[in-house]
Amino acid sequence: MSEARSYLELHFRDLEQQRETAELGMWVFLMTELLLFGGLFTAYTVYRSTYPQTFALASHELSAPIGTINTAVLLVSSFGVALSVHGAQVNGRKRLLVGLAVALLLGIVFLVLKGYEYHDHYVHHQVPGLDFAWTRPQPEQAQVFFFLYFLMTGVHAVHLIIGIAIVTVLWFQSYRRRYSPEYYTPVEVGGLYWHFVDVIWIFLYPLLYLIR
Amino acid sequence: MSVDGSESERDYLNVAYGVRSWLLTTDHKRIGLLYMVSLTLMFFVGGFMAVLMRLELLTPQGDLVTSDTYNKLFTLHGVIMVWFFLIPSIPSVMGNFILPLMIGAKDVAFPKLNLLSWYVYIVGALFTFYVVVSGGVDTGWTFYTPFSTTAANTHVVSTTLGIVIIGFSSILTGLNFIVTVHKMRAPGLTWFRLPLFVWSLYATSVIMVLATPVLTITLVLVAVERAFHVGIFDPALGGDPLLYQHFFWFYSHPAVYIMILPGMGVVSELITCFSRKKIFGYNFVAFATLGIAFFGFLVWGHHMFVSGESIYAAMTFSFLSYLVAVPSAIKVFNWTATLYKGSVSFETPMLYALGFIGLFTIGGLTGLFLAALGLDVHVHDTYFVIAHFHYIMVGGMVMAYFGGLHYWWPKISGRLYPEGWAKLAALIIFIGFNLTFFPQFILGYLGMPRRYHAYAEEFQVLNVMSTAGASILGVGYLLPFTYLFWSMRYGRKASANPWQATGLEWTTPSPPPGHNFAVTPVVTEPPYNYPTTEALPEPYREAQVV
Repeated sequence: MSEARSYLELHFRDLEQQRETAELGMWVFLMTELLLFGGLFTAYTVYRSTYPQTFALASHELSAPIGTINTAVLLVSSFGVALSVHGAQVNGRKRLLVGLAVALLLGIVFLVLKGYEYHDHYVHHQVPGLDFAWTRPQPEQAQVFFFLYFLMTGVHAVHLIIGIAIVTVLWFQSYRRRYSPEYYTPVEVGGLYWHFVDVIWIFLYPLLYLIR
Repeated sequence: MSVDGSESERDYLNVAYGVRSWLLTTDHKRIGLLYMVSLTLMFFVGGFMAVLMRLELLTPQGDLVTSDTYNKLFTLHGVIMVWFFLIPSIPSVMGNFILPLMIGAKDVAFPKLNLLSWYVYIVGALFTFYVVVSGGVDTGWTFYTPFSTTAANTHVVSTTLGIVIIGFSSILTGLNFIVTVHKMRAPGLTWFRLPLFVWSLYATSVIMVLATPVLTITLVLVAVERAFHVGIFDPALGGDPLLYQHFFWFYSHPAVYIMILPGMGVVSELITCFSRKKIFGYNFVAFATLGIAFFGFLVWGHHMFVSGESIYAAMTFSFLSYLVAVPSAIKVFNWTATLYKGSVSFETPMLYALGFIGLFTIGGLTGLFLAALGLDVHVHDTYFVIAHFHYIMVGGMVMAYFGGLHYWWPKISGRLYPEGWAKLAALIIFIGFNLTFFPQFILGYLGMPRRYHAYAEEFQVLNVMSTAGASILGVGYLLPFTYLFWSMRYGRKASANPWQATGLEWTTPSPPPGHNFAVTPVVTEPPYNYPTTEALPEPYREAQVV
């Protein structure tokens, strides 16, 4: 198993071709993902410019401190992933395992904080579709804001959950010494995905929490 | 199948037997056949809806079906034909089968993903079947809001979810093809030695990967708005219905190019092979392919001239729509220039290719009528539009699909189809098609609106012609279905290269072995390197006599 040859799938000429193929595949997939979020970003931009005042008011209902902490959490998790890829490259087993574990734990921390925020919105009747109540003017505009907020952060959270699942699998495989400097493509490709989920949040954070 | 498989090397069809060996295959050739079977089924289901519609329109009164049923018929016809036949048609069937062979690869880049995308397709199709049996959907294939999210009392959510799911199938196929073309080409096969079919699949895949996710998220928004009654497109809830149309057409206009570019690629192969000539202006055709894919993303607003978009947006979209005509025209001119002084012969695939050029040109030029701001107001939502896009979709893409199917049939099945029957079917399809859809141009210009089950008396003659044409077209479609099946068992055995065509797919036996090539081919020639003066050698035509 430790021999590099065993990782080579039959339809590739060599490991180099296999690695480049996997990486390009992930990049193309991320382009697709970008366009998926692109639809949501466009909808947000359109409604933000149509209902600027209500959106500013509604944005105040989000907890900027939690949003900020979560941003830091995700950035550090991305550092963990970068660390693990480097660990795989230089045969640094400890670095690989610790890096993935850091990403995994911080990913969960992010979700917990996000869940707390969601709960808070639920308590304050700010979930569209579930007895939404808005005492200030233009409730339907505020509802559009919260709908977009839940959908954008929700789709992001789904991606993060998938990312956590990927990192968990990678951790166990690394623990069983599957990866080596000759072959660590899954770590690298999984890492790309994790960074992408992080980058999406980097855009969600100012749009939803900071522009007021 | 044949019993003498033991004497030669095992091919992909008899390398393993049984249902499992098909349902769990990662061989791109077998996956191509899985798609072919599923798409054929969907084609006939969608076609059945069209038959009922044409029967209803035989008389001016709405007497065969109620208006509600009629609404469901045209909606399901559109949904099934667009997403479950046309979009995956050439890419998923012939692209899957031929692309790796054409570039000298053992398989696509991600064989398991390839199988997954077929299963995703099937799940999407099951949603649609559920909709068909549980009462249908009546919004039209465009799901315009707020009707789809509020007033429609049919299965909008299931239908949109089915389309979301099949969207992933399309994305996965596109992703696979892009990476395959980039990374799996045989040594020496540079970008400008690629067959033009590969270029067209590449451009199509780019559109699939970039446009489909926007439809995905849009239909999710529609489903959520409908299911939970929260506003995003419904004006009563603070939404903007025009935004829905922007989103929908941002996907669905490029999707038109998903539905035509692969057909253009097939036609490029056919025209060169049956003219025994290099394609005229290879680079122009290749770049025109990318140009169509690019401009295709910038013209969606021409669907919304009467929907309340600003006049400046409309002018811009109109202008950009005219630009798409340039690369399309380049292709048509280059095909005709390829024919010029070629040794043209009229085998069945060539009949389809020539049919394609004529019908696509009519469809494309009437598209320019529709892109003109003033004229569009007159013919918007009339049968003129129906006729226009059927000339592209059916006259273009379905013709190319059949052309490609016949051209590669010896490679796919290892058998020759009966040429006489095939020529007859091609002729019947061409006549039936024109009789069905040409009268609709006139009907639309005279003002008959689309999507009604009853119409004014004076339109009856043209409608009867159209229905008669549809019956002929139906017979035309049943013929290949029958004789291709027949040929799998009784057709003559095909040699590796029955057409004496260029291209790596013809260098391997018919049907190809499981791993495609015994030795990885090395390419040293430009594409379409036909000796320019020789006609298609006779042996093939002799072999056709059954």
